[in-house]
Amino acid sequence: MSNTLSLSEPSVADLSVSDRLRKKASRHMKERVIESLLFLAAAMSVLTTIGIIYILVKESYVFFQMVPLSDFLFDTQWTPLFDDAHYGIMVLLSGTITSSVVALLVALPLGTIIAIYLSEFAGFKTREIAKPFLELLGGVPTIVYGYFALTFVAPLLQKIYPDLPGFSLLSAGLVMGIMIIPYVSSLSEDAMRAVPMSLREGSYAMGATRLQTALRVVMPAATSGIASAYILGISRAVGETMILAVAAGMQPNLTFNPLESGATITSYIVQVALGDLPHGSIGYQTIFAAGLTLLLITLAFNLLGFWLRKKYREVY
Amino acid sequence: MDANVTPVPVTPTLKADVRDLDFYYGSFHALKKVTMPVYERKATALIGPSGCGKSTLLRCFNRMHDLYPGNRYEGGGIVLHPDNTNLLAHGVDPIEVRMRISMVFQKPNPFPKSIFENVAYSLRVRGLRNKSELDDRVEAALKGAALWKEVSGRLSELGANLSGGQQQRLCIARALASDPELILFDEPTSALDPIATASIEELITELKEKVTILIVTHNMQQAARISDYTAYMYLGEMIEFGITDQLFIKPQKKQTEDYITGRFG
Repeated sequence: MSNTLSLSEPSVADLSVSDRLRKKASRHMKERVIESLLFLAAAMSVLTTIGIIYILVKESYVFFQMVPLSDFLFDTQWTPLFDDAHYGIMVLLSGTITSSVVALLVALPLGTIIAIYLSEFAGFKTREIAKPFLELLGGVPTIVYGYFALTFVAPLLQKIYPDLPGFSLLSAGLVMGIMIIPYVSSLSEDAMRAVPMSLREGSYAMGATRLQTALRVVMPAATSGIASAYILGISRAVGETMILAVAAGMQPNLTFNPLESGATITSYIVQVALGDLPHGSIGYQTIFAAGLTLLLITLAFNLLGFWLRKKYREVY
Repeated sequence: MDANVTPVPVTPTLKADVRDLDFYYGSFHALKKVTMPVYERKATALIGPSGCGKSTLLRCFNRMHDLYPGNRYEGGGIVLHPDNTNLLAHGVDPIEVRMRISMVFQKPNPFPKSIFENVAYSLRVRGLRNKSELDDRVEAALKGAALWKEVSGRLSELGANLSGGQQQRLCIARALASDPELILFDEPTSALDPIATASIEELITELKEKVTILIVTHNMQQAARISDYTAYMYLGEMIEFGITDQLFIKPQKKQTEDYITGRFG
């Protein structure tokens, strides 16, 4: 009985009990195997992330050996494929920012209003019907949105504003906004519905209307969740590729005017990755620098979201 | 003993009376022909075992049941005096009702706002914007809820940072701020420790000088300590209503006696 912790010698009757309590080798093995499998599954995603960051940083390092960081940040042209090559990321960034701003101007207000409606005003039946449709909107492949922007929204906008080019950041951004609505509304609604009924009752009991309750009590109480929804929406907008590749045109254009066409970081990466640039050429290397820029932007927003969640954690 | 000396030299004024009220949660008949008076500037306690309908009755007074589908007031009503209107009538706006009849809940439920904004809430939803008037009324409400001394220096802190008992007094201040005619208390001390409970009870005793109080409580000692009238309910029916001292010392019904002596419930 070397491995039991009994203070006194076990009696004969107790032996069976301590036998039963002893670790069974087979069960122990099984537990270890399961634990390892679970760990591997968890490690997979972490390793993938590390791998992606490693490649981006390594390849970008090669790029920055050839192109000084100051050129990358401050040059006002992006012509890596020309003889007179310029590498000003601001050109692509301006396209990303402009299209994202247009998209967010659509998605954040509409998404929030839909969330308020579904969470605070809609009846049970309306909600059960509307939610799947809304989520369907999020499930439409973005390439379909791209063609929707190019073949339907752009001509429609040209009727209002004839000078608008067929490819524009505006039409792509508007459709991108529609695509992002369900992400914003769904998460915001979850956050608002998680606000305890007791807070709503407190508000109603003070004589508040439904709108006052929604805007003054429920929304502030759900701030952290709504902020997360917004951050997710921003990340989606910044990272969206297909809609922009299809509908925004791919000419790098340093502009913050949504009525022009332009390339974004993502659409540029698609263009180069699909093209026939030789690996290792500086033109090819640019997509890693662009990708790293994109990653840093999303990372910044994730950190912001993390900070907001901590600052406005639910205090009910 | 002077137990027989009836302490009713003046007949109290009627603030509200419940008449033959029937209430349903879907198909569940939760209140059955309930009738009881509520007297002005008195505290009336509703007692009874869990599920007897006392909270249901309380929540009829500010039409809280309107928030959930499937709830029906059926027959009878609650007549508010002196205007002699039935609160449950179809043409009556529940928001108007709640503007006059305020409520304090079982668990303190301060809004995710500052202490000041919590109290100012009931004034702001009424459209009051004047800063100095808001300041004055918030201060008065906090004083009325015996919280002013503890929080006067930190009105901009979150309400949730206060202790449980302070939060409940904050909720009382919030309910007081709009000068309601009637305040409903739904087991206001059941989530509080004995010391906080004592302070809330003391506060309610003070408040009934100015405002009518209707309180649901599980605690019979509490009903005996703070109320002037007590109603005993069981299974959705009003079993007995009377002056608190008399109801506890000499209940008229056997059922009431069984409950208050602890033989049942």
